[in-house]
Amino acid sequence: MQTIIDQITAILRTAAERGQALHIQGGGSKAFYGHPRAEAAELLDITPYQGIVNYEPTELVITARAGTRLSEIESILREQGQMLAFEPPHFASTATLGGCVAAGLSGPRRASAGAVRDFVLGVRMLDGTGRDLHFGGQVMKNVAGYDVSRLMAGSMGTLGVLLEVSLKVLPLPAAENTISLEMNAAQAIKQMNQWAGKPLPITATCHVDGQLYIRLSGAETAIRAAQVQLGGESRADDDTFWHALREQTHPFFQPAAPLWRLSVKSTAPEYHLPGKQLMEWNGALRWLACQNDANNEDSDSAAHIIREAAKAAGGHATLFRGHRHATPVFHPLTPGLLSLHRRLKQQFDPAGILNPGRLYPEF
Amino acid sequence: MKYASMRNKTRRAIDNLAMSPAPELIRRLRAFLPSDAVLYDTEDLKPYECDGLSAYRQTPMIVVLPQTEQQIIQVLQLCHETHTPVVARGAGTGLSGGALPHETGILMSLAKLNRILEIDPLARTARVQPGVRNLAISDAVKSYGLYYAPDPSSQIACSIGGNVAENSGGVHCLKYGLTVQNILKLRVLTIEGELLEIGSEALDSAGLDLLALMTGSEGMLGIVTEIIVKLIPVPEKAQLVMAAFDNIQSAGNAVANVIAAGIIPAGMEMMDKITIHAVEAFLHAGYDLNAEAILLCESDGAAEEVADEIARINAIMKSSGATGIRTSRNEAERLSFWAGRKAAFPAAGRVSPDYYCMDGTIPRKHLGQVLSGIEALSKHYGLRCMNVFHAGDGNLHPLILYDANTPGELEKTEEFGGKILEMCIQAGGTITGEHGVGMEKINQMCLQFKTDELEIFHGVKAAFDPQNLLNPGKAVPTLHRCAEFGAMHVHGGSEKFPDLPRF
Repeated sequence: MQTIIDQITAILRTAAERGQALHIQGGGSKAFYGHPRAEAAELLDITPYQGIVNYEPTELVITARAGTRLSEIESILREQGQMLAFEPPHFASTATLGGCVAAGLSGPRRASAGAVRDFVLGVRMLDGTGRDLHFGGQVMKNVAGYDVSRLMAGSMGTLGVLLEVSLKVLPLPAAENTISLEMNAAQAIKQMNQWAGKPLPITATCHVDGQLYIRLSGAETAIRAAQVQLGGESRADDDTFWHALREQTHPFFQPAAPLWRLSVKSTAPEYHLPGKQLMEWNGALRWLACQNDANNEDSDSAAHIIREAAKAAGGHATLFRGHRHATPVFHPLTPGLLSLHRRLKQQFDPAGILNPGRLYPEF
Repeated sequence: MKYASMRNKTRRAIDNLAMSPAPELIRRLRAFLPSDAVLYDTEDLKPYECDGLSAYRQTPMIVVLPQTEQQIIQVLQLCHETHTPVVARGAGTGLSGGALPHETGILMSLAKLNRILEIDPLARTARVQPGVRNLAISDAVKSYGLYYAPDPSSQIACSIGGNVAENSGGVHCLKYGLTVQNILKLRVLTIEGELLEIGSEALDSAGLDLLALMTGSEGMLGIVTEIIVKLIPVPEKAQLVMAAFDNIQSAGNAVANVIAAGIIPAGMEMMDKITIHAVEAFLHAGYDLNAEAILLCESDGAAEEVADEIARINAIMKSSGATGIRTSRNEAERLSFWAGRKAAFPAAGRVSPDYYCMDGTIPRKHLGQVLSGIEALSKHYGLRCMNVFHAGDGNLHPLILYDANTPGELEKTEEFGGKILEMCIQAGGTITGEHGVGMEKINQMCLQFKTDELEIFHGVKAAFDPQNLLNPGKAVPTLHRCAEFGAMHVHGGSEKFPDLPRF
């Protein structure tokens, strides 16, 4: 495995000397996400660097190489009754751990369990000059040095090439059950937030097509008690439903583009924007599936309206799928934050060769 | 902490007042701050010369107590213009010297920014100023059935701004997370006085995760002026199992068995024999004096969930070889079981004139070996050591007992402590789980990180504060310092303790 690291290091050093942009890729399952690969960028394939480095269920930590498939990690965890509690979307069977952390996306359990970044305990990475670096570690609590490992989550490969990641894992719940209740979006927003403030075993919420879906997890007795309290109908197909939501195979996501992801304050009122909407995370995540017939100018002005709406609710909007034209994928940064991003990029990747433009066109 | 009679590292910047930039700075500070918010007389500066780690003392040149964000901006602009170092301070309860003043710098106390600005019970958030006490947040939102989860042992006194600077934990963090998992947004001022909004009111934000980077950055990157914290529902019920063991290893195995059974306890604490005896003499909590280790394992949540977990925890303790098990029957009993653990520090103060608290984290499976290592060091140095352990997350707090009035004993204690941290690194752990590096563990940073990694840390610092004015000299050692420490540390290439277990 060191041979592979040596090869990647050599590629990085040469690229840095020549100013040759690189496109870091695992399974390519999230190639659609973010700004597209720069035209001149050469592919840096991480999949050969794969395998579990260390997994000790009773320490609640797994360490694996970046090219390891997420499906392999999740199946090994399941054998021991454990899981990645942030329920990362795969989007394809080829999805890798490195891509999961670099994209920083989390699934239905995020509002109750936390996001990818909350479970990252440590990383081994190569920076843009090929230096082999370790940050964080394999323990739950570690405040030595700046938290560079969490900074890598969602950085879209712009700061370094992830080699290994240590993640905190959690036990699978003893039981799970999903209920559904009929209500409109405004009622659902209120209801989800009220219930989130009560000691109930709710681990996922979704509102779509006039139905609110609630997943309960824990001891059977606790789920039954909660169900009595919440009412609604128990559903038999719960695993399928949440899986379809996580992987965006649910019919809502089918007219694929453009798909907006609005991450907002959970109590933000219902949006009256053109297109269909689906809510998750107690209302903190709103998906907006737009019509695909807008011309360039219309889509730019629609983007502006959507972004203003998300900003007004204390959040931000991402053009999740269907990027085209001049609309930036990620919510534009304030000048102060953009300049800070560029200075950080300069420290990790002075030659600017790692996934340039993938996060923001400016770096 | 008791350090009443300890080595005083104070230097007298005041002697050089004639040559110092102080008078000019004082004049300019007083132009926008009330006169009682600018302190410079030696006696006024005295209370600020150390934080919770009082072995390290330094009189600051000037102390300022701003009351508004605008005043902080002006202080920072002045510091930036005049290249004056500035150290932020909250309640001063930190245990690593992170708020130790700079001798030619301004110490900025944020204690006056102590207002809870907004509580949003439906969204389960509170917007607070940095000087608000940790526990004051939970007190203020209690009527909504909510609380702020991280509960460092100093929570009565410590400020939320300091918690952000240190990424503080507490006894419940295995289940509920550290500060970084429980905050949403920060207002941050750069050294230039520019305002940055980091994080958002949503569950994530655009761009790099600067919220994670800021949390635990020990006042090196910016000054936090406002924090939006997450609130969570107060559990319906909490119950505690107290189990006694006749050896440490069985207690360690019991912890692993609980986790292996798929239980994440709300709290899981371990105490060793010397600690049990010290707290029992102090508090009479009913601890088993014959035990080599006591485990406290708490379950919280919905009543049915707790009943289920408590039954399983009891069974696991029994099958793991516990010699005695008690389950709290009511809230009063639960609190009395906890009282002993919470009194471990004051109890140390009763059995010894002074004590020194360490803060390493290790993978739990190495607990037995690390504790034997500590015991060997304890014999070598002739100093007793109490061990309290956040067993669920591997965070170990050895308390080295010593007497500062005995010449040389503090130096021996510091060396002993340094060796414990090195053992934690060798066990695959870290030199600090929750107290921060500050000034105290700066040398051990040289052992935990390689030159390239330290350079990245300096790079991060430079991206925020290129002139190195914010809390300079803390948290990340210079490469020069590491070179000197390395030369001192390795004696002719041989280890000082060849007999100690290494992993």
